[in-house]
Amino acid sequence: MVFPGTWSDRDCAHAVLDVLQEPVRYIDHREQSVDGLELVILPGGFSYGDYLRCGAIARFAPVMEAVADFANRGGLVLGICNGFQILQEARLLPGALLRNASCEFRCEWVHLRVEQSNSAFTLDSRPGQVLRIPISHGEGNFFADPDTLDAIERNGQVVFRYCGPDGRVTADANPNGSLHNIAGIANARGNVVGMMPHPERACEPLLGSDDGLAIFRSAIHALARVPA
Amino acid sequence: MRYRAEVFVTLKPVVNDPAGLTIRGGLHTLGFDSVTEVRAGKYLVLTLDETDATQARARVDAMAKQLLANAVIEDYRVELEPESPSPLTGEGRGGGS
Repeated sequence: MVFPGTWSDRDCAHAVLDVLQEPVRYIDHREQSVDGLELVILPGGFSYGDYLRCGAIARFAPVMEAVADFANRGGLVLGICNGFQILQEARLLPGALLRNASCEFRCEWVHLRVEQSNSAFTLDSRPGQVLRIPISHGEGNFFADPDTLDAIERNGQVVFRYCGPDGRVTADANPNGSLHNIAGIANARGNVVGMMPHPERACEPLLGSDDGLAIFRSAIHALARVPA
Repeated sequence: MRYRAEVFVTLKPVVNDPAGLTIRGGLHTLGFDSVTEVRAGKYLVLTLDETDATQARARVDAMAKQLLANAVIEDYRVELEPESPSPLTGEGRGGGS
């Protein structure tokens, strides 16, 4: 998916096309349909300059109605960074992402603990597994009101938490002030996932880590299991 | 009729406001020790043509709910008044047009 201001679309395409050898199509924000696609990725960036709120304008782009239909039919949707913000603005995922508690833009490697392997994007991982993936954001501070947060935790919708290299979830490992160290969540059905870290930037050893591939591979395996 | 609507968007009281905390820190550094709290928000001014004030308020309310504020984290308040004539051109309020 490419909105004006999206900047990580080619990195995502590189991970899926060049590394995993799966076909890729760039979707323009003015398109009316996502028919024929099996997986929609909303990459990172600063859609529409992040004016008003991150993702607030992109959420009303013409193509987003088709994406919402696709998601509601069970289609696989992955929102990364700004894509996560857009999915929340579109109410396809709960909560919101506030400015980092430090008020600083954070661009660094973090460790993520996989919390559950039920989502389409963590099928290949096991709970407790630690992934090393970079973040790059100024507004990734996950917030939800207490009832929503309880529901997300109870339903097992927390997919990734910031942790130390040993997998321990601590305040020190939290780069942005997110409640419960939440780095990524799924919808109740598990077909829509949003995450602040950038798996597409950790897809080859040359980049410092290929731990991000597990996320894209899981989606491919999920699709193979249940033909579209 | 032309109206001017001011929309104040603020984070809900339960939502932490890192920007406000940072601004408060800056004020304390400058010696303004009496400041106990700062909340940062957004201020939007809209000019719109509607048949009457009730209709204008309803439209701005709808805009705030749909786009201008995110109900998950933000509250909003609207102040509405007939557009004052511009001191330079005399355009604006009524004018018989």
